[in-house]
Amino acid sequence: MRDIKIQVNDLSLYYGEKKALKEISMQIPANKVTALIGPSGCGKSTFLRCINRMNDLIPSVKITGELLVEGIDIYDKNVDVVNIRKKIGMVFQKSNPFPKSIYENIAYGPRINGIKDKTQLDEIVETSLRQAAIWDELKDRLGDSALGLSGGQQQRLCIARTLAVSPDIILMDEPASALDPISTSKIEELVHELKEQYTIIIVTHNMQQAARTSDHTAFFYMGELIEMGKTNTIFTKPEKKQTEDYITGRFG
Amino acid sequence: MEKAISITENPFAKTNGRGKDVKETAVVGLTQTAVVLIIAILVIILGIIIYQGRTKFSWEFISSFPTDGMTQGGIFPALIGTFILVIVMSIAAVPFGTITAIYLTEYAHENSKFAAAVRFSIRTLAVVPSIIFGLFGLGFFIQFVGTGMDSAFNDGQLRWGQPNILWASLTMALLTLPVIIVSVEEALKTIPRELREASLALGATKWQTIKHVVFPGSISGIMTGTILAVSRGAGEVAPILFTGAAYYLATLPGSLSDQFMNLGYHVYIMSTQSSDVEKTMPIQFATTLVLLILTLSLNLVAVIIRSRIRRKAK
Amino acid sequence: MNSPHPNKQTFTKESLKKQFRLSEFLAEKVISSVAFLSIAVIFLIFIFVFKESLPLFGFNDKAKANTEIQTTTGAAIETYGSETSTADSEPETYGAPAESLEPETYGSPTEDLNPVVEETAAAEPETYGTVTEDLNPDSASEDVVAIDEKVTGNKEGADKTWSTFFSTEWVPVSDNPRFGLIALFIGTLKVTIIAMLIAGPLAILAAVYTSCFASNRRKEIIKPIIEMLAAFPSVVIGFFAMMVLATFFQDIFGYDSRLNAFIGGVAMALAAIPIIYTISEDALSSVPKTYTEASLALGASKAQTAFSVILPAATPGIFAALLLGVGRVFGETMIALMATGNAALLSANPFESVRTFAATIGSEMAETVFGETHYSVLFFIGSLLFIFSFILNAVAEFYVKGRLIKKFQGK
Repeated sequence: MRDIKIQVNDLSLYYGEKKALKEISMQIPANKVTALIGPSGCGKSTFLRCINRMNDLIPSVKITGELLVEGIDIYDKNVDVVNIRKKIGMVFQKSNPFPKSIYENIAYGPRINGIKDKTQLDEIVETSLRQAAIWDELKDRLGDSALGLSGGQQQRLCIARTLAVSPDIILMDEPASALDPISTSKIEELVHELKEQYTIIIVTHNMQQAARTSDHTAFFYMGELIEMGKTNTIFTKPEKKQTEDYITGRFG
Repeated sequence: MEKAISITENPFAKTNGRGKDVKETAVVGLTQTAVVLIIAILVIILGIIIYQGRTKFSWEFISSFPTDGMTQGGIFPALIGTFILVIVMSIAAVPFGTITAIYLTEYAHENSKFAAAVRFSIRTLAVVPSIIFGLFGLGFFIQFVGTGMDSAFNDGQLRWGQPNILWASLTMALLTLPVIIVSVEEALKTIPRELREASLALGATKWQTIKHVVFPGSISGIMTGTILAVSRGAGEVAPILFTGAAYYLATLPGSLSDQFMNLGYHVYIMSTQSSDVEKTMPIQFATTLVLLILTLSLNLVAVIIRSRIRRKAK
Repeated sequence: MNSPHPNKQTFTKESLKKQFRLSEFLAEKVISSVAFLSIAVIFLIFIFVFKESLPLFGFNDKAKANTEIQTTTGAAIETYGSETSTADSEPETYGAPAESLEPETYGSPTEDLNPVVEETAAAEPETYGTVTEDLNPDSASEDVVAIDEKVTGNKEGADKTWSTFFSTEWVPVSDNPRFGLIALFIGTLKVTIIAMLIAGPLAILAAVYTSCFASNRRKEIIKPIIEMLAAFPSVVIGFFAMMVLATFFQDIFGYDSRLNAFIGGVAMALAAIPIIYTISEDALSSVPKTYTEASLALGASKAQTAFSVILPAATPGIFAALLLGVGRVFGETMIALMATGNAALLSANPFESVRTFAATIGSEMAETVFGETHYSVLFFIGSLLFIFSFILNAVAEFYVKGRLIKKFQGK
């Protein structure tokens, strides 16, 4: 039980009448990288956004079932959604730095958590940028606008920004899909390093990426979880026919 | 003029012979004539007012008081009155307009009946004739609020229960509220959803997100809205006809409970009720010119800022 | 777990417990309340404009009694508008004795004066909208008699006022006041029709050119220029019409009264054009591209496509544009005040002076006394205008929008 970070029981999600996720049940291990794969529209991103309750922002969405993080159901009505998101960070598909300076981007999270002390903020900014392996590139231009960075740098800045809030779990929604191969490999390295300290769940449409970076892989199809297991097993001898078809490139 | 329109890019038009070509050109030409006509009228109005107003238009005209029963002198008090009017108006309208726009884009649910009612009210507010605002200002601000204030704080002495610059400004604020709301809303809509999500995903609350991410992004919209509202407020006369505009005042207004002179009202008064309309014609044209310069240049600035916002959004 | 930050907490019921955030709560409440204000304003406008017209319906007897006292003394204590020193040189002084208030009547104190008014208007082509000047020579003599009878005149009840609404004479200030809304209505209608006949076709054709024929570059120039017309204050348009258009058209048509329904209509068309143009252009531009492409692919020319495909598809939007244009013209005050001549004459001739609802409020409110019948009638006219513009907007909004959605989605 200690090793299992997230336990999902019969989670279903409806967009109005339409059922987009169908009775998902799975266990996500702590301090590992779990990849969610599947063809587009299969519900993998929707599921990811369930974990930090981002779907709450869409008024027509209804969710049933349980999603336990360390044994606590985050959909319980006594649970505070803002505090959930502080513990469960998210990196988006399109890098989305605020139109502020690099420093302010990182300091945003700590600031809204009430940290005002300048030295403490400086420290957090440096630690976060170091963790995101981008400190050396940016340390001399912290005052510059974040919008002037390259796509890959922006995405790593967004990861650093997420780290600055010191989350427990990091959700990544196709973090490298819009990046060039070099930036992608940097992100992948970063993911590999970060799993020492964080539980990472990464959505990807790129199967090589899933194979390279993840310890566990879950295959989604048409809103259902088809199969989940060790990445090695999924990619070498999948149990289900659909998984095999997808992995070998017969559809999707 | 017709030559400018080429329909040769449509291969079928050509094959159908000359008759159709002519008809096509005529139809397009007709619509083009309409455009040319409208723009021509606009240029003519501008041209005539500039031409007729230029003789009197000078720094002295702008900076001096009217003299000799308003048949001589300048328009300084009218200009100042207009400035005070739009400033007090903006102070009232901008916060309310901005907050309403924030409600509509950030808090209102898509299918909320309340939000639909708010939107409908704003659009109604935008089409209500301006004279009705004047009546409302008289019936509500002066008769109801003003008289109420007098009997409550002023021992029933007449101070607020009569037309003054405060009531005129508040009346004008209601009139320009939709202008501000629409501009701010448009700017708020250009802020990407991803930025709001980024903030929320970092554990920011909704209000924190609005304060730190949404609001800074709406500054340009607030500016556009304010400028457009000022341009509108500077030119409207009907709402202040009986809420505070004065025919002539020898001094500038000293407090919010004073009446004021106003450029647009000055034009109206001078051209319809002056003792010698012929003689004061140059003053009238020059005053109109000042008013027009004020409203059009403000409008131009707003259009430029707005097109920048739109380009940025793309 | 080895966490880099010392303050890192794990997930516990305690740390995730729902928090009440006061600033959050207050922000939402304040913001929603402010948004509610715009709804409230609409209600307040209706209530307070209508409230002042209530005496007409037999309420508020006290106000009526008040009126009597105030008008008999002749001094206008509560006047709206300006009380100034130089005003003394004017016939329209506020706060002047009743005698000088009288020349301001914009109709005629006695029944038989109507033809006289026409004559005067005809005799003085060079007046600038000041009906005072039109009427002065004829009405002055009658006024003396009128004042003597004033006390009795003001005893007329609400019923009497109502019965005069449907008459054709607008004689608000006299011993026997008549509030013939019909005359004002016809006047307003005349100006509206003239304005819409000019502005409608012109604005729609211009919108068709902009959205269907113009190149993108031209479009980007034309649109802002025409929309700039909306930035012209109506007092400027009114002034221009009065000073320039009136003379210009008089030279062409040779009519007698310089300021008339036609001049007012032309000037108001200028005010309505940008509204009709902008909304029509939007409607035309939002017709799906597939319609256009399908039509062009079938061999239709650009003009054929514009008039037989795009224009019909955008009809509801253009209808809305026209409705809002009507709303603008109907309630326009300053242009009506300055360019229509302001005489409540009943005639089908477009070159006669007219008097609109809005202009009546604008010009007479400053002379009325709080609580007087005349005052209430003006507010009643205001309520009518408000209701009318409210309905126009509602129709434009619900009916037209519904039609548009149905049309494009095929529901």
